[in-house]
Amino acid sequence: MANGQRRITDFMNLDLLTIDAARSAVQERKTSAAALAESFYAKIESDDPKIGAFLTLSKERALGKASEMDALAAKGEKLPPLGGVPVGIKDVMVTKGIRTTAGSKILGNYVPPYDCTAVARLEAAGAVVLGKLNCDEFAMGSSNENSAWKPVHNPRDLARVPGGSSGGSAAAVAADMAVAALGSDTGGSIRQPASFCGVVGMMPTYGRVSRYGLIAFASSLDHIGPLTKTVKDAAIVLRTIAGRDPMDSTSADVPVPDYVAELEKPVRGLRIGVAKEYLGEGLDKEVRNAIEAAIQNLAKQGCEIVQVSLPHTKYAIPTYYIVATAEASSNLARFDGVRYGYRAPDARTLSEMYRRSRDQAFGAEVKRRIMLGTYALSAGYYDAYYLKAQKVRTLLTRDFEEAFKKVDAIVAPTSPTAAFKLGEKTDDPLAMYLADIYTVTADLAGIPGISVPCGETKEKLPIGLQILGRHFDESTLFRVAHASEQAA
Amino acid sequence: MKVTEKDVAYVADLGNLELTAEERTRMVRDLNSILDHIDSLSELDTANVQPMAQVSDRYGVDQSKQGSERFAYASREDVHEGLRKSLPHDVALKNAPDSDGTFFKVPKVIER
Repeated sequence: MANGQRRITDFMNLDLLTIDAARSAVQERKTSAAALAESFYAKIESDDPKIGAFLTLSKERALGKASEMDALAAKGEKLPPLGGVPVGIKDVMVTKGIRTTAGSKILGNYVPPYDCTAVARLEAAGAVVLGKLNCDEFAMGSSNENSAWKPVHNPRDLARVPGGSSGGSAAAVAADMAVAALGSDTGGSIRQPASFCGVVGMMPTYGRVSRYGLIAFASSLDHIGPLTKTVKDAAIVLRTIAGRDPMDSTSADVPVPDYVAELEKPVRGLRIGVAKEYLGEGLDKEVRNAIEAAIQNLAKQGCEIVQVSLPHTKYAIPTYYIVATAEASSNLARFDGVRYGYRAPDARTLSEMYRRSRDQAFGAEVKRRIMLGTYALSAGYYDAYYLKAQKVRTLLTRDFEEAFKKVDAIVAPTSPTAAFKLGEKTDDPLAMYLADIYTVTADLAGIPGISVPCGETKEKLPIGLQILGRHFDESTLFRVAHASEQAA
Repeated sequence: MKVTEKDVAYVADLGNLELTAEERTRMVRDLNSILDHIDSLSELDTANVQPMAQVSDRYGVDQSKQGSERFAYASREDVHEGLRKSLPHDVALKNAPDSDGTFFKVPKVIER
């Protein structure tokens, strides 16, 4: 072992390894960052064949960063906040020189010439990028079964889905194959898999984290955020990646608080909203019981529980599937077989080449969404569908604005059920869409949301508590999530 | 049934997709099922509601200003020398399925 140091597994269980624990171990030279990365690669080699979380490993890049951190530690210099910490990146974020597929055959051989800002910021803070994580094709899905490469199995029960679309990110963290991961959330894709796999998932406010280098699905809804074992780790990662980036004009120039300091503040006196629309029909009984217990816990800690109403909630899924697919149909027009990606070999003309390349390399769900979005934008239907959905989006956002006059945060289930079985919903796209019923509204309104584990079903499947907050008020979400985490 | 086989063929054409006969049949079924659900939006009276195209309309906007000035927070100085360097030619072409080293190559554009 390098420097005569021990393996991390000689003195610590990987499941206890948080960001601070990993960084301290490297700082204090109990292990080296290189040895730590190797321990994670060994874990991936032994466990990932049955889980399927990783698509590409970036060993050379990881060990390069690790040795940089080891050199700092050897000189006795203070490591940056993620110094030596092994992380994974959802395969929708581009990484210079490392294959990035977005879970799609159309980008099967794509090697990006630049880095996503969020990834660059993590690495600048010392993080060691182990590799790229499996996801639904172009982040379109709620079960990870739309990956063109392989499904991901839920580490808690291999017969079940990990959720989606950031299924690989949630599974990698849950199975201790990465200390933390980045995911993306367009309709629930960070929070729902976090809930299914029993980890923390944070979707920040729209504009809080730069989207530069995130392969676009629906540009007005796409967010990058962390999946971690603890609320504190999510706060550390968000603090690192958040803030204005000149490369994304929608990234907001709003100061980034020290979330780690914020989360320690007591929750006493906070007004917590409970919306009946999130606890109604279709909610699994065990999930309801766990959410109600979590609400009781917050009350015990001195929160005031206030009933609120979000009356347009039932229109969220229809609104989402118009807005998101319309934007996707436009964003995915760039995949044409000309500049990068797959090209059908047998085409005789340009237009035949476009069609065949897309036909042969896009999966069924991606085609379905391109079709739905194109239909909603087509002449004669624009007003009835796209414009209508944009107006209802205003109503959904106003619901939250009204509620946040009365409360500081809203708590709800992340998902109506715990993880479902692989194959259970693949034949019924609408049933799959309805799995996102409690998460899409936050994306549409641009408000932040976090999912934190709050119990288990009788079958030992994790349940997630979702906490929603005001624009740019991630601090309150971290506080409430931290208080719930300590109680759970 | 709102969406017919003919609609599917037309929309596929707009979206630069071909779709096999089997895919088209499935698409008719799936789109109708999803659009049935989406039709609930017509219950809502939105005559006096402004459409929301993007979230940042809700914050960071200087409401006292007009037009693009309202979004000043999202813009930067138009610096004359501020243009970023483009990707070097060879890097930009590296992922191309077909190129002659200078240009991207594609099949015949004009169909006869």
